[in-house]
Amino acid sequence: MDGIHDLGGMQGFGAVDHSPAEPAFPGGWEAVARALMEAVAGAVEASGGEFRHAIERMDPGHYLTSSYYEHWLTGAATLAVEHGLVTHAELEARAGGRFPLSGPVLAPCVADAGPDVGEPRFGTGDRVRVRDWHPPGHTRCPGYVRGKTGTVVRLDGSYSVPDIEAHGTARRSEPTYSVRFDAAGLWQDGQHGVSVHVDLWDSYLEPA
Amino acid sequence: MSEKGHHHPAPLSPVEHRVAALEALLTERGLVPEGFIEEITRRYESEIGPLNGAKVVARAWADPGYKERLLADGTAAIAELGFGGPEGDHMVVVANTPAVHNVVVCTLCSCYPWPVLGLPPSWYKDPPYRARMVREPWALLAEMGCPLPGDVEIRVWDSSAEVRYLVLPQRPPGTEGMTEAELAGLVTRDSMIGVARL
Repeated sequence: MDGIHDLGGMQGFGAVDHSPAEPAFPGGWEAVARALMEAVAGAVEASGGEFRHAIERMDPGHYLTSSYYEHWLTGAATLAVEHGLVTHAELEARAGGRFPLSGPVLAPCVADAGPDVGEPRFGTGDRVRVRDWHPPGHTRCPGYVRGKTGTVVRLDGSYSVPDIEAHGTARRSEPTYSVRFDAAGLWQDGQHGVSVHVDLWDSYLEPA
Repeated sequence: MSEKGHHHPAPLSPVEHRVAALEALLTERGLVPEGFIEEITRRYESEIGPLNGAKVVARAWADPGYKERLLADGTAAIAELGFGGPEGDHMVVVANTPAVHNVVVCTLCSCYPWPVLGLPPSWYKDPPYRARMVREPWALLAEMGCPLPGDVEIRVWDSSAEVRYLVLPQRPPGTEGMTEAELAGLVTRDSMIGVARL
């Protein structure tokens, strides 16, 4: 989905609030939120794709104004409600107020994932174009490289396709590649001397 | 009354109320094992952290053979020092040189090599870093205290699939006589993300 999480290249953000070191869980509750997500993900056997998609479906305003572990909490509660572990009404009654959840899944469940892709279609040095598409479900293909042409610089082996595993129990594995893009070709105000490398599944790519 | 009896804890924030609500409901349904939250806290506060990555970097500086193995197969070479596990199963190490500066980001979420660097810092997970590093790395690195000479090539690595990246910083000059432990003490977390040079 073209969600708020797909932040690469967005403009208008200010300075990075940088600090050289910080505690893992500054307020204490962050550790609980993390543990609850792990408990829910274990109970419902959520794949990495389903876990990430539960956060990506957050209301954009809520996403941008809440911390990382509030994202985890919202994702955990959303999965818990969607899988019938708890109800939204129970959560709000216990919290004594609103308990915002993520929005609904927009993509259909994947019934047939098709066969695994064994052999890589591309080798290092090959020119590839990223599919220019807008899938309604989970994807790990960042918006800022869609339709762009780059060069394969590394083959990384085959892994489960996130777009499929996020939407049901079907699975398909495909080769993944690290693809180098010249920043000058990504942005009209392109920076000189910059290459951006994005790691992409086979089905995100076509020969250029 | 004892001193304790006068203690008034700070009221819970809305997010803390929500955490408590989900925790209570899941616990009642038997989905949060006894000691689970304490175990998660202990694991991420004390077992993993950037000290592990610093040992990897120091070994690579001290031992050219190790450096070669590290750049050829990061996962295996890091495992030689006893580090590995979730978010570190597929490691790629990218080396800085006088001509090349590497920097790591995750634009889609917050992927980060936990076994060698610990959990990601807040700024790494926040929108400004994720949005800007792929678009204006010269300006952002300078803002973050890491200005680069104009003739350097910047390589940005967006960890969008299964690989997690570790930057191998350049060994600082004047460190020839140092032991590996002393070298490890020079390595900062930020230098292994690529937002600082040593």
